[in-house]
Order: sequence, then C-alpha cells, then structure tokens
Amino acid sequence: MTKQAAPHEQHRNHENRHPHPADGQARGPDAAGGRQHSELVEIRGHIIDSLLLPKVLDLVLNQGGRFDIEECRIGSRRVDPSVARIRVTAPDADTLGRILNSMIAQGATLPEAEAARFVPADIAGTFPEGFYATSNHPTQVNIGGKWVDVARQEMDVAIVLEDGQPQCMAMADVQVGMPVLVGYHGVRVKPVDRLTEPTGPSFGFMSSAVSSERPRAALIHEIAGHMRATRAAGKRVLLVGGPAIVHTGSGEYVARLIREGWITALFAGNALATHDIEQAIFGTSLGISVDKAQATEHGHEHHLRAINSVRRAGGIVPAVKSGLIGSGVMYECVRQGVPYLLTGSIRDDGPLPDVVTDMLVGQAKLRELVHDVGFCIIVATGLHGIATGNVLPSTVPVAVVDINPAIITKLHDRGTFQTIGMVTDVQAFLSGLADELAEAKA
Amino acid sequence: MTATGDTEAITLVLKRKPTVLMCPPDHYGIEYEINPWMDVKRGAVPELAQRQWARLRETIEALGAAVEIVGAVPHLPDLVFTANAGLVVGNTFVGSNFRHAVRQGESPVFDAWFAERGWNVVRPPADIYFEGAGDALFCGETLFFGYKFRSQPRGHAWLGELLGVEVLPVELADDRYYHLDTCFCPLDDSAAIIFPGAFDEYGLKAIRDRVPLLIEADATEAEAFCCNAVVIGRDVILNDISPRLADSLGGHGFRTHPLGLSEFIKSGGSAKCLTLRLDGEEAAAWAKD
Repeated sequence: MTKQAAPHEQHRNHENRHPHPADGQARGPDAAGGRQHSELVEIRGHIIDSLLLPKVLDLVLNQGGRFDIEECRIGSRRVDPSVARIRVTAPDADTLGRILNSMIAQGATLPEAEAARFVPADIAGTFPEGFYATSNHPTQVNIGGKWVDVARQEMDVAIVLEDGQPQCMAMADVQVGMPVLVGYHGVRVKPVDRLTEPTGPSFGFMSSAVSSERPRAALIHEIAGHMRATRAAGKRVLLVGGPAIVHTGSGEYVARLIREGWITALFAGNALATHDIEQAIFGTSLGISVDKAQATEHGHEHHLRAINSVRRAGGIVPAVKSGLIGSGVMYECVRQGVPYLLTGSIRDDGPLPDVVTDMLVGQAKLRELVHDVGFCIIVATGLHGIATGNVLPSTVPVAVVDINPAIITKLHDRGTFQTIGMVTDVQAFLSGLADELAEAKA
Repeated sequence: MTATGDTEAITLVLKRKPTVLMCPPDHYGIEYEINPWMDVKRGAVPELAQRQWARLRETIEALGAAVEIVGAVPHLPDLVFTANAGLVVGNTFVGSNFRHAVRQGESPVFDAWFAERGWNVVRPPADIYFEGAGDALFCGETLFFGYKFRSQPRGHAWLGELLGVEVLPVELADDRYYHLDTCFCPLDDSAAIIFPGAFDEYGLKAIRDRVPLLIEADATEAEAFCCNAVVIGRDVILNDISPRLADSLGGHGFRTHPLGLSEFIKSGGSAKCLTLRLDGEEAAAWAKD
C-alpha cells in the first residue's frame, strides 16, 4: 500500500471511537456459552508500508483469534507515523496470551495494561494537550494497578482525578492544577449491549433504523415497560420535551404522567413552560385555543402576558402557590416536587424567571439533573435532546419520539447509543403512553 | 593510534569527506558466544586478525576515505565492530542499547567518543534494545530497521519520531543473519545487495516495494558475508565474492574488493561490521543534501 492511497483513512473514525458489540467484539457470553477474552493492542510507527500492520493482523487470525480495529490513524506524509489500536478477541485465555505474545514480539504494546497518566491542567477552562476524550460508554482507569470506574460518565469531555476518584469533567469546569488523564494508556472502555426490552423478548426494531412503519402500540408498550422498570429500580424517568407537546394539546397527558409518578424529571426550554403556563392561564397555546383549535382575540399576546405574570410573581413556584397557575405540566412538577430544568435560547421571549440563560450553568445543572436518571424520553425537541444525549452515559436507554425522522437519526449518529426511535405524532404517542401506564396501574 | 583532536571528526563530516570509524583489534577475540558463528573453542588468530584489519583500513584509505580511530579497550573484544556503536545521522549520534550484557560496556566508550567530538548523543529508552548501524540502514530516504535477534521493533517508531524519517521495520528470520547488515547492504539510494532467505515475506515485500534495484545473494554468498560490505562511492569492499555476484555488481557499475576477513567472520562480522560511516552511508539520501 502506498501513502498516496491512504488519505481517505487519515481521519479518525468517530464511530470507531465508540466500539460496540456490532463491531464483532463479543464481551458477553459467546455462542458456546463461555466468555470471550479480549485485550486492546496498540502498534505504532511505519506500520503500513512495512506491512507490520497486516502482519500482526495475520498473526491474530492464524492463531485462532479475531480482531477489530478500533482506531487507525495513518500518517499523512511518508515520514509520519501511523497508529493502530486493535481489539483482539480469543475464545480462551491461553489463546489470547499466545496471540498477545506474538504481537508484542512485533513491537505491539498493551495500552490498557499500563498505568493511566495524569497531567495537571495548566490553563483554567482547558485540558492539557493530548487529553483523553471520553465516549459515553462505561470507562475504567488503571490507577496504581487497580481498575477504577469513572464517575459521571459522559461523552466528549475529559477525565480528571479528584481525591483518587476518576470522573468526567467538562472543559469549562477545569481548574489549574487538576490532574487530567492524557493519552490512551490505562483506559478501558466497556461498550454496553444494544437495548433490549427489560421484561420480555428483545425487540429488533430498537437497534435499527428509524421508521414510521412500526406498530406504535408495540413501541409504546416497550417504552412503558422501561418506565416501570426504571421506577421499580428507584431511578428517575426524564422527559425532555419541546413546545409541540402543548401546541398539539398533549400537555394534559404529560401532566397526568407527572401526577401519577411516571415522569420524575423534566428538561425543556422557555417555550414548553411558557405555552404550558399560557394554556393554564388563558386556555390557549400561542394564542390558539387548545380545546377548539381556533385563534382567540389578542391571543398572540397571551404567551407574553403569561411570561409577564410569572415574572411579576417571581417565578413558577410562587405563581403555582399563589394560584396563578392551576394546571398543566409545570403545575404538576411543582405540586409533585418533580425537579425541572429550563434552559433558554437566543430567540426566547421573557424569558420566564426560572429559565437558565447562562449555557455553562445550564450544562452543569443538566448534569446534576441526569445524575440518577434511568430512562429518558425525548419528545419533539432537537437541541435539548442532543444536549441530554451528550451528558447521558450509554447505559441509560433513550426513547426519541418525533414527527421528523431526522431528529432521531441525528441523536443516534451523535453517539446516543441505546436509542428507541419512533416517528410519530406527539399527541398520539403521549396519549397512548398515558393510557398504557394508567391501564397497567388499574 | 589514539583518537584525533576534539572536533576534527565532525569537521571532516561537515566537509563531506568520506570518513569511517574503526577500532583496532588489539583486544579482539572470541570470549563468548552470542550468535551461531561464535565458538570460543575455535577462537580467532590474533596476528591474522591484525593483518586483515590493517588491510581493510588501507583499502578504505586508498579509496579516498579518512579513517577515524576509537581506541581498543580490554575485555571489550567486540568493540572492533564499530557498526554497532550506534547510528549517525548528521550531527546526531543515536547510541546503542546492546541486548547482550557482554557488549553493554561498549556503549559508554562510543558515546564518549562521539560526545567529545561535538556530536549530539542521544540514548534510546532503556527498555528498547537497539544495535545501531548493525540494524538500521538507510537506502534513499528510508531507514530500514532489522529486528528480532538484537534490536526490538518498538525502536523503529521511536527512531522515526526522533529523526523525522520513515523507518520501515523488517523482521529477520534466520539467526545466522542476526543483524540487518549481515543480509542487506544498500549500495546507493536505489540499489542494495540482499539475501532474501534472511527475511520473512512481509519484510521482503516491504524492501522490494521501496528499493528499485535488489541484487540477490544466494545462500552460499550470504554465508561468505558478501552482504556485509563497505561501500565508498562505487567501490564495494567485502570478505569474499563469487564471480556471479561480482559480475552482477559490475554490471551496475560497482567495483568489488574481496579482502578475506576470516578471523572476524568467526565472530559473525565482516567488512561492514568493522566500520561506521561518520558522514552518512553512500546510500543515505540525507548525506547527499
């Protein structure tokens, strides 16, 4: 192979940064019922034109192993080194050991087996050069020969050491002197299995492409199953919602799900809360009567007047307590003590006093909110959904419901791995979900 | 002869005069066995070794190259094989990390010699064996890096990043050809003598892909150390050469000078092993810049 043929391989394959069982890495029981043994192997240098890379891959196959190339960075100029990180899997420990020894004899190293290296942050709000960028998969760090779980796993941040405990940390939160993990050595990522139905047989649709053709009732049944399992496990169900929930007249279903204890955390923007409160005060959403679907006189002013009233009251909680808000999603959150987070955007009217307008503060609060979330439903929202996907570990399954399949695809492509995608009208979904859970309760 | 003045050697290098580092065989002998050629019971004949070495030196000087001397040291019999001192690239000298303890005492001697003459001496990481120009040979812009019996493959990546050059690791497959310079001899930036039987298929293919003209030695020629040659311009100095290989080299404009170096072959080394080119081998593209 010549270097001239290689540039298409030059970029780091983002997908490959987040290895998962579909790559062929059997982490769990194999077909024979035993366990697969695997180890990450790194080989670097001029490994392409010397044929060292094909040679070590042949060594794996010839000795009964399998490999997945997790990363292959090809040097762009002839003098530039290349790096390949190869996940080697073998049916038993002896075979794996033989394969690894033969690879080490070719200059390969075992980055996971080495101690992780931490470098003190030198500039506040930045990571040191060469920092380890996280995935959303559960990660362990080798500290003093012991594997320690990384706390608060989230993607696209770094790992810092606080009192000996590795944990994820956003760039903006870094302070000078914080030990930040650099390089790949001593890091072990455990991809989670694709989503399976918690109480029954697994559903193929969950792992694959978005479709509007799937039976809605079956999907709703599955989502309800996750909500029940999450509640039984003492974890929260987070709803991330857009204003279409109110516009379509579905606010009452969400209010009911909150009231009945199925939705136990809420993340939204100014719009959802504003139109929900507009409906509570005026019975309209953006001036349209939610009951009659007709424009009302001066209705376009309703949302502004609603915001103004809440601002005058000093916030949503005082507005509920004073009786200004007597129904709806926000009302139920306050009444049930369900934590909610509203973060703004540049087009917001008002905003409501509860809306966080400092995005870094919003991100920090979102991290707090998702801390004990076990299941997440994202309905009719783009940016808030993506923000949530960014901070959730891959162990938390996510249902994305939208009339627009592009939103679901986008979240999935960004690495929100355990995604149930459902292309449907919001109202049909929420009413169905409320009914399903109400029936189950009865 | 003693070592020359402080900066004379590197001054010669800057003048681009072909210059070769040698060590007289004053303390040479077969005192241990670290390759299949060595046999302490057979030993080497000191007087014959001295004559063979002196003739090699005379031949090199007669071909217009200067010879620099590093003094022999008792109990370091293989110090005579200066090719293993390290790798010279411009004013950088990458010292060796010998695999065998019996040779590790050579490194301080060589490192000091180079440091005293103004070279920037670099040591490889302590956990990587690297045996200098015995295993690292330029052909054109590519540094070929033999590994397995002496140097370790991880060294290739380290060297490449240190020097900013392409380093192609090739695995050696026959322990009689334990150093790359026993089975591969770059002649100029696009030609080399090679004994294919000393490589595996991957290494051989990598070399074939990179070096346009490979003149192959057969097993008998390889055993006569015809791949372990000193190249000065178009002159090739070696232990012995078959008429067939001499014709082949002659056809490409190379004159061969068989000298007979039997006493050193008893240690697994020949003409090339006894020399280290200080201004860059004829085949090294950097030396022509």
